Amino acid sequence: MAGDAQVKRRAFLRDTAALAGAVAIGAHAQGGLAPSQDITPLIAKIAGGRKVEPGGIDIDIPQVAENGNSVPAHIKVESPMTPDDYVGAIHVFAPRNPRPHVATFHLGPQSGRAEISTRIRLAGTQKVTVLAALSGERFRMADFEVLVTSAACLDESSI
Amino acid sequence: MLLGRVQVPRSVRKGEIVEVRVLVQHPMETGFRRDMNGQAIPLNILDKVTARYGGREVFSAELGSGMSANPYIAFYVRAEASGDIEVEWSDDHGEKGRATATLSVG
Amino acid sequence: MAKKGAQRRLSPSGEPVLRVLRLFGLGALAIASLAIAAEPQRPQPLRGGSEFQSRDVQALERDDFANPASLWLARGEALWNEARGSAAKSCAACHGDAATSMRGVASRYPKHDAALGRVVNLEERINACAADHQGAPRFAWESPELLSLTAFVARQSRGVPIQVSIDGPAHATWDAGRRTYFTRIGQLNLACTHCHDASWGKTLLAESVSQGHPNGWPAYRLEWQSLGSLERRLRACFFGVRAEMPAYGDRDMIALELYLAWRAQGLASTVPGVRR
Repeated sequence: MAGDAQVKRRAFLRDTAALAGAVAIGAHAQGGLAPSQDITPLIAKIAGGRKVEPGGIDIDIPQVAENGNSVPAHIKVESPMTPDDYVGAIHVFAPRNPRPHVATFHLGPQSGRAEISTRIRLAGTQKVTVLAALSGERFRMADFEVLVTSAACLDESSI
Repeated sequence: MLLGRVQVPRSVRKGEIVEVRVLVQHPMETGFRRDMNGQAIPLNILDKVTARYGGREVFSAELGSGMSANPYIAFYVRAEASGDIEVEWSDDHGEKGRATATLSVG
Repeated sequence: MAKKGAQRRLSPSGEPVLRVLRLFGLGALAIASLAIAAEPQRPQPLRGGSEFQSRDVQALERDDFANPASLWLARGEALWNEARGSAAKSCAACHGDAATSMRGVASRYPKHDAALGRVVNLEERINACAADHQGAPRFAWESPELLSLTAFVARQSRGVPIQVSIDGPAHATWDAGRRTYFTRIGQLNLACTHCHDASWGKTLLAESVSQGHPNGWPAYRLEWQSLGSLERRLRACFFGVRAEMPAYGDRDMIALELYLAWRAQGLASTVPGVRR
């Protein structure tokens, strides 16, 4: 990826960090399970005013997470992954976490598949939201509700 | 040095899309945990992972504290020629690490 | 164990037996006698801890790469090959290739160590080697190094059934462990048996109660977000019934480990496990 993309990425991180920071302070001050936050501003910032279409994303994540500290997530975005039609980034959000923006994964035509697997933390039952940034300034979004019995960040063990 | 591992399939055909798996040892301290004296343990997270294949960047990720401890990421890459898949990572304290796996493309 | 309060005091005359009598009357006498006099019943069928985890946790345990414990194993292998101490020797210098020399070793622990004159667990045996043969300082309990090395050594016994000796000098220790297992402790006034014999398979809050076997330990516990020792898990059990947690290396805890290993005999080791 060229230096241009690097600059864009840093700007994005700085901007979303500022937003996420403000959101995080609010949630943490409550000291316990917080309600889901409105992540539309975070989504809007990334999409830059472009329309976000629902669907086209498969989120394979347990319906019930035994422990919120480690929830396996397998995300697949429909895409031929050609130089003309590919997924550039996959953004993962957990609206009820103290910091809703979990991670961003950067892909490209060389990836072959718009697919990633990871393990995330969930601070309580919530809708995990995935935003995919496609070439041609297109955006897709999907979410999946996960029931979390032991919340990350809040039900912390100290023994 | 942050310890981590990279895994790729043993040998693949040209054009095949292969899965690259990465696992890094890191507490991903959220900053919300408290120690036995009630003191908050400071934020300490692995925030950047970058993968290069044949010297060219093929994948990267920005991670937040919402990633599980000992972060695991699996992504895909189209196999072109035999070469090294080098993965590097760094955290918000300036600690770094890397691991390499050789992709044999037949 | 010191400072445990009236309920934790053990007496060879069978104090737990009397306590049960007072609570439940004569019928308890037969049950208590059975528990203390005859060899204790083991759960049927024997089921290791993995079987009480969710599908995702089981899958993670089986995945040799993605299992987070693999990071500690990698460190353990490095430590195995590292020359340490005043003798500048590595474990490999005496023991060679761990896959060969350590196969089946962990499945026989805890065991009576002739040189040390007492029953020791694997961690203690590793530390004894470090001090006596490497001239190196002992690793601290639950330190990343001790966890890594213990997991690495125990991993070489994966698939090997647990088979500990409780004969001869180990018998008194096994007996002390047995008594601890059947003694009520803590504010919740529960003994290990009440959950892990009487209630295994049942649900406690959102979790399925296991049979309490040690065959997956050291294990990566999601709640700890780290690999941890069996002893740490047992301390958490004490915490769970609101009992004072014994110190690491407490002789009664080692005795309990021996009893648990005996109770799990025949179960294959699944180290390193993954647990919620």
